[in-house]
Amino acid sequence: MQESETDKAGEDSRREFLSLVTTAFGAAGVATALWPFINSMNPAQDVLAASTTDVDLDPIAAGQSITVLWRGKPVFVRHRTPAEVAAARAVPAAELRDPVSDEARATKPEWIVLVGVCTHLGCVPLGQRPGDSRGDFGGWFCPCHGSHYDTSGRIRRGPAPANLAVPHYSFRDSNVLRIG
Amino acid sequence: MKVKSNGGNRPRIVEWIDARLPVFTYLQREYGEFPMPRNVNYLWSLGAIASVFFAILMVTGIFLAMHYTAHKDLAFDSVERIMRDVNWGWLLRYMHMNGASFFFAAVYIHLLRGLYYGSYKAPRELLWIFGVVLLLCMMASAFLGYVLPWGQMSYWAATVITNLFSAIPLVGDMLVSWILGGYSVDNPTLTRFYALHYLMAFVIAAVIGLHVIALHIVRSNNPLGIEPKSADETVPFHPYLTAKDGFAIVVALIAFSLFTFFAPNMLGETVNYVPANPLQTPPHIVPEWYFWPFYAILRAVPNLWIIDAKLGGVIAMGASILVLFFVPWLDTSPVRSARFRPIYRGFFWVLIAAIVALGWAGSRPPEGAALWVAKAATLYYFAHFLVVLPLLGRREKTLPLPASISAAIKSGAA
Ligand code: HEM
Ligand code: FES
Repeated sequence: MQESETDKAGEDSRREFLSLVTTAFGAAGVATALWPFINSMNPAQDVLAASTTDVDLDPIAAGQSITVLWRGKPVFVRHRTPAEVAAARAVPAAELRDPVSDEARATKPEWIVLVGVCTHLGCVPLGQRPGDSRGDFGGWFCPCHGSHYDTSGRIRRGPAPANLAVPHYSFRDSNVLRIG
Repeated sequence: MKVKSNGGNRPRIVEWIDARLPVFTYLQREYGEFPMPRNVNYLWSLGAIASVFFAILMVTGIFLAMHYTAHKDLAFDSVERIMRDVNWGWLLRYMHMNGASFFFAAVYIHLLRGLYYGSYKAPRELLWIFGVVLLLCMMASAFLGYVLPWGQMSYWAATVITNLFSAIPLVGDMLVSWILGGYSVDNPTLTRFYALHYLMAFVIAAVIGLHVIALHIVRSNNPLGIEPKSADETVPFHPYLTAKDGFAIVVALIAFSLFTFFAPNMLGETVNYVPANPLQTPPHIVPEWYFWPFYAILRAVPNLWIIDAKLGGVIAMGASILVLFFVPWLDTSPVRSARFRPIYRGFFWVLIAAIVALGWAGSRPPEGAALWVAKAATLYYFAHFLVVLPLLGRREKTLPLPASISAAIKSGAA
């Protein structure tokens, strides 16, 4: 039997279609098989599980701070003085680089809880220990590239783009703080 | 000038193997007879020197791995044990540390040699691109390796560098915890960095292979930047270049020994002998010297329109290396060697000055003079590649090229 032109064209496009479908299925299969490898590098279940920390607040006097470890990161807990609270609340939020009011960051005004990791490149800011520099806004100062945070942990000057993060926390009793 | 192949009187075992897998024929062709321009200078030995330091890193690395423990509670002590208790452990470690510095030094000179003599121009574009890929792999490998001793600078370098990725909009934070295997640099980070550091060595070995294969297709450039026209303008690789490279390698190894034996910690940061502490950042974070220029660029970018300083810095630092990929097309001049490009030569030295200035700024805290120097030098660095190279190629009046390498040698110009 002689092959007509249209048969031949039909065969060519069928062949093209089949190789396209085969390639697409192959690619999808490879992509699917990659996922377990990629996902194995994400935080493991035990890392995810170890994620609450309780802090006893009684020994922290007004004006003092402590640092606790949560998810491998330092968390700053500061017992703010009335002057520090007033300073944080006096700033109009709209003027800030990352505008959030202090009321939204501290559910109990005297306690501010912050992830102590500079939002620039992850250094631990100074300001927790009595002799530390607290920067120009009385909160924390990151020595790595000079970010100044206020008494609410909000970025006020320097290269950091955002405020110090507030972790999820709750007060178990009046004197126990649960982070996470 | 051809050294005759001794194909006829090789031992029978060599003949037997060669008939089945022609390794000896290959070596004779690529490293025996391989024609090298007769006018190459010692800057053409830097590739061989870099290869030697790479071999040193491989060998010392494999032996260090026999004693090192990749666990956050044990890593620091296992390194101290290598230094104090393992026989010759101090030598292995000091060779590995200083070998990395010398590897970078050799490759930086090698790369600048290429920029000066226009070695990236056709037909050597792909050779150049493999070179830039090597540079990226080396940087990744050096960073991963630096984390392993788990000292203060290891820990905080890992923190700061992985945090760069958080600048990426939307997926940044997810990406960082994927890289770290947690929410901060911790044991999962250390174990994967160890696995990847070991892997990188083999990736680099493979890319060096591609780089050298490409080189042997397009062959070496030379200080005149014109192709050899006849056989008497080249010399066989052996014995001419084996001897010359051998001498250069010995000189490099003497310099390397001076550091390894007499100033083994001069190029490093002493705070890395303090164990990692996740709660306290050292007052001044600096990378190893070979990253200083890039670190300066990272910190030089201010907030610009909608791009904040962090994202801007990350983009600029990445671009400072990626721009090298495009140099073969950014440079529009048909003349290769800076010898015949008087204006380009001037700009080349300004670029060197800018890189040195960036290096200085990168080693200091980013304030005052260091910050301004970094900003100015960053601007020049990018202007050099994106403005000077394209425009100069079209405008510059180049000097007349010699008719051939031989002609240049006879007139004393080579
Ligand atoms: C892992 C590091 C590297 C090794 C081991 C290596 C090795 C070599 C060797 C053995 C040669 C031949 C000898 C010579 O011309 O010096 C060579 C040539 C060359 N390399 Fe590399 N190289 C490395 C990195 C780089 C980098 C980072 C670049 C540039 C981005 C580069 C660009 C070139 C070019 C353009 C040539 C040809 C030069 C010419 O003939 O003028 N290499 N390389
Ligand atoms: S990490 Fe804090 S200012 Fe850069």
